[in-house]
Amino acid sequence: MIGGVQIDLISEERLSKMTSMEKIRLILDDVRQGTIVILEKGLAPEEQSSLIEMTMREIFPDGFNGIEIESYPAREESFLARLLGKVPESRMTVIGPANQLKMIRKDRDLISAWVSSR
Amino acid sequence: MFCPGGERTDCDPGCRMDIFSQTKNRFARFFNVFFRKRRSRIGIYGPPNAGKTTLANRIARDWTGEEIGVVSEIPHETRRALRKKDICITGSNGNTITIDIVDTPGVTTKIDYKDFLEYGVERDQAIVRAREATEGVAEAMHWLREDIDGVIYMLDATQDPFMQVNIMMIGIIESRHLPVIIVANKIDLPDASPQRIRTAFPQHPVVQVSSTEGKNIEELYEKMVNNFG
Repeated sequence: MIGGVQIDLISEERLSKMTSMEKIRLILDDVRQGTIVILEKGLAPEEQSSLIEMTMREIFPDGFNGIEIESYPAREESFLARLLGKVPESRMTVIGPANQLKMIRKDRDLISAWVSSR
Repeated sequence: MFCPGGERTDCDPGCRMDIFSQTKNRFARFFNVFFRKRRSRIGIYGPPNAGKTTLANRIARDWTGEEIGVVSEIPHETRRALRKKDICITGSNGNTITIDIVDTPGVTTKIDYKDFLEYGVERDQAIVRAREATEGVAEAMHWLREDIDGVIYMLDATQDPFMQVNIMMIGIIESRHLPVIIVANKIDLPDASPQRIRTAFPQHPVVQVSSTEGKNIEELYEKMVNNFG
């Protein structure tokens, strides 16, 4: 088998069938094995909060030292939507091990990243 | 389907919890207007080394004469949420708020003990420091979900405000409908660009300060009285 890095692209449809904990568990299990996870639709704010908390609880010396995560900025909601308290939807998100995935550049419509193998 | 709290729900993940917390916050604000909640817990959040403890110390010193925590150039000096109770802040119009300031560890998605070695910390101490820092960040996130009534989000004005952790944290704070003031700190430094922070978060009030020198700190107190009162 050729050496390299596994990338999992997870569709919005698949994500919509998963609970918050299932999503977070899937992300952390994959990332801890060195896989880059790309979510077609990003996590909800509550899920992001839980992801940070659970990531912290799984860090250990000379092993897993956390995640690198990037997503496109949320699209601006209309004035009416903001008035109604609509939270902007998060967009495509890339998550990987902090010691393998480095962000080079991020713009409104471009994420450029460098991935190294273990 | 199970929400993070573990209860069964038929809505989207996080949705039921969101609606519940929104309703709870709206009721809390409604009752605050009429009954003036006695004390609010204001969390100082932000990435590591943004100057959170320096600001917390200045607020506590200005209004109580005492400090909260130790300041250091090594990231994650604050590894436990530190709390200073009953700080009374009076605005220029005579309005007063009573708050508890909660100084939280810098929020991040990664902590490597090796980063502390660069600051001359011994390996064993660095490992302990990293472990405490991870626990502190987890605790800070828990505080934000459960026990915070308002947020001062602290940013180093010499750094890129578009870092993902900032975008995520502001999104989390907004989803909880908490009042937030963004502080662009370190404006005394030559590379500071508070305007970048205003551009990044136009939907929130931004106050530019130097916590170390106390520059513009009065404006922050005015904003705190108006936004957290």
